[in-house]
Amino acid sequence: MNTLFNILIDGLAYGMVLFVIAVGLSVTLGLMRFVNLSHGAFAMVGGYCAAWLTREALWSFWLAVPLAIAATALLGALLEALVLRHLYGRKELDQVLFTIGLSFVLIAATNAIAGPQVQLITLPPLLAGSVDLGFRTLPAQRLLVIGAGLTVAAAAAWTVARTRFGVWLRAAVDHSGTASALGIPIRTVQCASFAAGAALAGFGGILGAELMPLEPYYALKYLVLVLVVVAVGGMGSIAGSLVAAVLLGTIETASRYLASGWGSLFFFVAMAALLAWRPNGLLKR
Amino acid sequence: MSTVTTPETLLDVQALDKRFGGLHVTRDVSFALRAGDRLALIGPNGAGKTTLVNQISGVLAPSAGEIWLRGENVTRTSQAGRVRAGLARTFQITTLAPHFPVQRQIELALFEREGLTGRLWRGMDGYPALQAEAQDILARFGLLAHAATPTQDLAYGEQRLIEMALALALRPKVLLLDEPMAGVPKGDGARLLAALDALPRDLAVLIIEHDMDLVFRFATRIVVLAEGAVLADGSPDAIRRDPLVRAAYLGG
Amino acid sequence: MNSPLTSTVAAPAAASVAAPVATKAPAQRPAVRCAPPWRAPLLLLIAGLAACALFPEQLGLITRIFIAGLFVLSLDLVVGVAGLATLGHAALFGLGAYAAGIFALHVHADPLLGLGVGIAAGALTALVSGAFLLRYQGFTFLMLTVAVSQIVLSLVQKARDWTGGDDGLSGFAMAPLLGRFEFDLEGRVAAGYALAVLVLMFYAAQRLVQSPFGLALRGIHENRARMAALGTPVFRRLWLLYTVAGALAGAAGALSAQTNAVVGTDSLSFALSAEALVMLILGGAGQLSGALVGATVFTLLHHTAASINPYHWLFVVGGLLMLVVFVPPARVWTWLRQRAGGGR
Repeated sequence: MNTLFNILIDGLAYGMVLFVIAVGLSVTLGLMRFVNLSHGAFAMVGGYCAAWLTREALWSFWLAVPLAIAATALLGALLEALVLRHLYGRKELDQVLFTIGLSFVLIAATNAIAGPQVQLITLPPLLAGSVDLGFRTLPAQRLLVIGAGLTVAAAAAWTVARTRFGVWLRAAVDHSGTASALGIPIRTVQCASFAAGAALAGFGGILGAELMPLEPYYALKYLVLVLVVVAVGGMGSIAGSLVAAVLLGTIETASRYLASGWGSLFFFVAMAALLAWRPNGLLKR
Repeated sequence: MSTVTTPETLLDVQALDKRFGGLHVTRDVSFALRAGDRLALIGPNGAGKTTLVNQISGVLAPSAGEIWLRGENVTRTSQAGRVRAGLARTFQITTLAPHFPVQRQIELALFEREGLTGRLWRGMDGYPALQAEAQDILARFGLLAHAATPTQDLAYGEQRLIEMALALALRPKVLLLDEPMAGVPKGDGARLLAALDALPRDLAVLIIEHDMDLVFRFATRIVVLAEGAVLADGSPDAIRRDPLVRAAYLGG
Repeated sequence: MNSPLTSTVAAPAAASVAAPVATKAPAQRPAVRCAPPWRAPLLLLIAGLAACALFPEQLGLITRIFIAGLFVLSLDLVVGVAGLATLGHAALFGLGAYAAGIFALHVHADPLLGLGVGIAAGALTALVSGAFLLRYQGFTFLMLTVAVSQIVLSLVQKARDWTGGDDGLSGFAMAPLLGRFEFDLEGRVAAGYALAVLVLMFYAAQRLVQSPFGLALRGIHENRARMAALGTPVFRRLWLLYTVAGALAGAAGALSAQTNAVVGTDSLSFALSAEALVMLILGGAGQLSGALVGATVFTLLHHTAASINPYHWLFVVGGLLMLVVFVPPARVWTWLRQRAGGGR
């Protein structure tokens, strides 16, 4: 019973981290049809910024995190506007190659600037402890992660469904030619969504720093997991990414607790089964 | 005593029905094609003509009904299986391998017809008879000069000719032409029209077309489709005089 | 009654199955023709032998290049010719390596038998996984290839008794090649063995690509709908191709196991699949020779730069990859050819 509860909480937290990182990539893939394999680097940058701000500059966690997210958003916006948008029409293999190259450069740069050791984010006392829920105690950090993930999901859903930007986004995903002809500023939508995705990835990198340690190879190491979530959830589907991330995150956590000798076998078997059953995404037919 | 042999029924579409969720795109469509028939399928946009052809050729599976090809029930057969049974089609949107030299594109159709694409060792240049046939086909369509040109570099009208050449290279018994003149300016269509006139006599042809001059010139029979259902089926004269058709489509 | 044929210039290296040859020949000559299939493999043989002769200290590196070349060649058949982007090709390589290693360890240490076992393992894995994978296309197919290869990796890690798990498989020594040629410490036999296998398989791949089967595969790559409308059994063709590619990848794996006398789980890793894809795109996909060029350039780069600093080398290769996207190798090779040959 104890173990089951731990699996659920840890799995949910892990899933939320994967979701927050993956949702930006899912939107970018669905919106711009742009295969961005450097997405993992944004998670890494966000985590590194938060780590430096809290450990070296000794900022408060609550100030460091928004700034780190903002910095990642800025990096994403600059990369998109200056470099990546020129690749939008290109063959997918070209995009793969370029963004892998970009990841390599970002990994090397990260190592050159900060060295190869794992970066730790100093948590404030509030988060370092546990929370007593009455029937169980939970590490506060897990609670934050789960809460943050749900907030991101809700905010993303609200933005897409209720705001003008959301309308533009949906129009641009469905039919960018027509959307552009109707006066929707496609370039702005693309750049802003990309930056938002990068920001969320950065946030995910911060949230997940305990489960996915921050070191220079982070950019590529967890890319497969993120791609899996995007594929299973369906490109462009926020809700799909959430369900896929939580489901797969729980399966992976369960297998770590219960069958650690089997590695990630169950994760990938589950992934293959889900993808074979619903090739276009969990929530799409 | 001379016996009049009725031409065999090559294609038999029986009560074909297709729904996409709530959308009823094909409603109980039935007709048959015999050898030598030139059947034109006409109707307003959105009537479901291409959807019908897609079901006949095997791209789409019907929700109900059956398709019989030369006496065989092909309703569950794959596209490739129907081609082997004698069916060929062209596409409304030109569907060619863009980087293939034109001759290679034709040769590929011939290799497929002869069942040679499972051969891994002998080079594609080792089949002189097929290469000669490919060149003959190109010559017949006036495209021999472009034999080495990638298909995507041809003029649009010439690409439409390749579409037809590919279908004919398969030596089908039933030919489905989906708007062969689509997008071809009035003046450039001469070679396409000549190709249509030169189609083998015993071939059963179903053609989707919007150009009424072409339809009345070419067709021996016309089926009018509206909102997925057959509105009328008869000779060109009968169709021309049919008041329902005139109201719905020909504009009086 | 042929019309006069236009004389044509060598087409740019863009998936053209036939490099049209300039002909002022009599009217019967076809306008499109493939280059002779033995030409490129012969060039490869000469280049390979020259490399071995000129750099006898570097035979280990040269052997690695041959093996990488064979692996990337196998990938080119799947990605470049058939158009199926995969990130799971290492599974075929790794299982070939493990099969050859286990065979040498437990059954018989003869290299050619082991090579056969590796080929069979690669082909069988491709046959079985392809039956499932090839029902899907595009991004779904790509991710499923990742899943399959990660599952294979997990299974190999679990089966410690057979594979050594994370520690890898070692402790097997190869018997002399053909009963006569001992695998020497300098690596001459290994290099010659790897080169021979590479050249023969390159020749086989050339013939495959130039056959009607190869033409149909390119047709499937460029326009699947057109091929279905021509009557091609698309799934069956892709399945056969995938199996053949698996055989080649398995051969590369076997060579790797035999020349290194060790097999590690990195031979099944996602990183290896990704690296091979990068090598392929770098050299140019679809032309077979591009696979070999990419493998050579990338391996040499990795060798020179990695010894300096494992991170700084990422700057170099990362920058190169980004550059290559904007200045495609195909254009560079054409430009070089024109400079060298005075323009044809």
